[in-house]
Amino acid sequence: MPTYEKIIDSDKERRKIKADRRMREIMTAYYMEAKTPKEQRGKKIAWITSGGPVEPLHVMDVIPIYPENYGAMIGASKMGVDLCEKAEEMGYARDLCSYARADIASATVNGGPIGGLPEPDMLICCNNICGTVLKWYEVQARYFNVPLFILDTPITHTTFNDEMRRYVTRQSAEYIRFLEKACGRRFDYDRMAEVGALSIRAQELWQAILDTTMSKPSPMTCFDAFFHLAMIVTLRGTQTCVDYYEMLLAEMKERVAQGIGMLPVEKYRLVWDNLPIWYRLRWLSNKFMERSACLVADTYTSGWVSQMPSVSSTDFLGFMGESYARIFLNSGTDLMAENIIRMVKKYDADGVVFHSNRSCKPYSFGQYDIQKILRKKLGIPTLMIEADMVDERSFSESQIETRIDAFIEMMKK
Amino acid sequence: MAKDIITAGIDVGSISAKAALLQHDRIVATHVILTGYNSQNAGRQVFDLVLQQAGLDAGKVAKIVATGYGRNSIAFAHKAVTEITCHAAGAYFLDRRVRTIIDIGGQDSKAIALDDSGKVKDFAMNDKCAAGTGRFLEVMARALEVDLDAFGAMSLTAGQAASISSLCTVFAESEVISLIARGEQRPNIIAGIHASIASRVVSMAKRVGVRAPVMMTGGVSKNIGVVKALEEKLGANLIVSDRAQVTGAIGAAIIAVGL
Repeated sequence: MPTYEKIIDSDKERRKIKADRRMREIMTAYYMEAKTPKEQRGKKIAWITSGGPVEPLHVMDVIPIYPENYGAMIGASKMGVDLCEKAEEMGYARDLCSYARADIASATVNGGPIGGLPEPDMLICCNNICGTVLKWYEVQARYFNVPLFILDTPITHTTFNDEMRRYVTRQSAEYIRFLEKACGRRFDYDRMAEVGALSIRAQELWQAILDTTMSKPSPMTCFDAFFHLAMIVTLRGTQTCVDYYEMLLAEMKERVAQGIGMLPVEKYRLVWDNLPIWYRLRWLSNKFMERSACLVADTYTSGWVSQMPSVSSTDFLGFMGESYARIFLNSGTDLMAENIIRMVKKYDADGVVFHSNRSCKPYSFGQYDIQKILRKKLGIPTLMIEADMVDERSFSESQIETRIDAFIEMMKK
Repeated sequence: MAKDIITAGIDVGSISAKAALLQHDRIVATHVILTGYNSQNAGRQVFDLVLQQAGLDAGKVAKIVATGYGRNSIAFAHKAVTEITCHAAGAYFLDRRVRTIIDIGGQDSKAIALDDSGKVKDFAMNDKCAAGTGRFLEVMARALEVDLDAFGAMSLTAGQAASISSLCTVFAESEVISLIARGEQRPNIIAGIHASIASRVVSMAKRVGVRAPVMMTGGVSKNIGVVKALEEKLGANLIVSDRAQVTGAIGAAIIAVGL
């Protein structure tokens, strides 16, 4: 006898997000262009970390490629274990981030769902997401023998001060000089103003899309956000990204207007913390859906919206360093807890699901403390799931199912 | 539903399967068998055996709730409920004062915080690892060539508990083997093993917040050595019912009354 009876959903077709198809087309075209042989493509390729400043690359007509986005694709295609094991054979420790392992291994065997990433002409690494990327990108710089630029962003433990501001702003100027050298031409500051404005517009649209889940029922879940996120990560600063998000936002607003929720029944509203478990997205999404629990928001996908209080869209380079330095993941535990509390209130959530991600130490490190802070300040239930974003060997189905079931039983009053 | 009906709770764990029959807020019978490789069969078998013990016919049982890792494979149950909720219901039934439960079973250990009405307020479970579980003890018993049932009494005769620092079952086993090689006394090693489990479980329990009184449930509570080690680490006495191993099954039978 299963714990939950199957919900018959006669409106399943109506609940599907129509923009999905366009998203797949755009992402396919993006990877097709990047995979075109160098001589035909003309454009240079830069590999860049997920939290790295991508906008200047668009100014220089360089195609940004995200090994982390590819890591997510590898995970979702359930090709993570093979590549992680390959990296372990090469001598990398199992404790190393599974994105790093998957990428380092994939580069040597052209692995993963699209047969490897196109070779980089340069590497752009920003340590606002973690310290692992420094060594990871150094390894790749040696492997491909290409120049590496590192943007060093100090952590905001409590406040971001002027010294930190000067430190990152100076590096923005160095970044431009690096790109001019690597591309062999001058940087176009007028174009930067345009790209910067497009990036800010895309961030506003993305936040507006995420905000539609304040509605009840929620027009989408974080599992949908995990999918539509790829655009803001890879193509922010382009017109394509703005156009797509305008379309998606219109669809979300229409769903809200018509009262179309992503779940047939929405009893509990939850917030997700940490990266997705890519190889189990459907499984998790179904588990929560069957239990009428809607993951309305997450700390991950909102991480691509800069938390700048007032941004001037004309001076992008002026605040770029600060905006990248002050992302959620590059802040102290107290600020992370405040962010989750804000989200719980904003989205009227009943509980928080934490993914304790074996791969992502900076994201997972403070979670027990954040759990305590939430319990004290909000008194809401929390759930801790131990897993890994790409390495399936760290996932225990029956244990996780029991925890989800117990968590839902606990919320039933 | 009327309270004079008979309900059953079936708790199929990774090592043992338990069943309990309940009527008039009274435990009619309980039974425990080894789960073996087929959890579905184990559920059926333990149910048949508990009925036999009570001299009852299956038709007399109005509602059945299944729990434990095999809960979803018990087709004849009316509902599946997690062992966290069932242990809470069972512990509260056995002693209404209980506010925290430490349950150490075969493949996991958990700490459950109860509110004043016996509902689950919060819980924490061990991560995907055998440390701090019954399985950990089984591995150690084999390495030491001691019957697991003798573990508890033997550890109480220890002079000084040996130090076992590794959390990994395999590494801890090699630590135990090197302690044996060094001529360390068995009781001291066993006491060290118990202390290692206790420190892992207590740190987990502190995550949910330990409110007295604390009850220990699950099969491992039969081991007096682990109980004593936990009490020492907690700095408080534990309530250990003689029905500790079947608490989950009792809780399931109680939940079945409300179906």
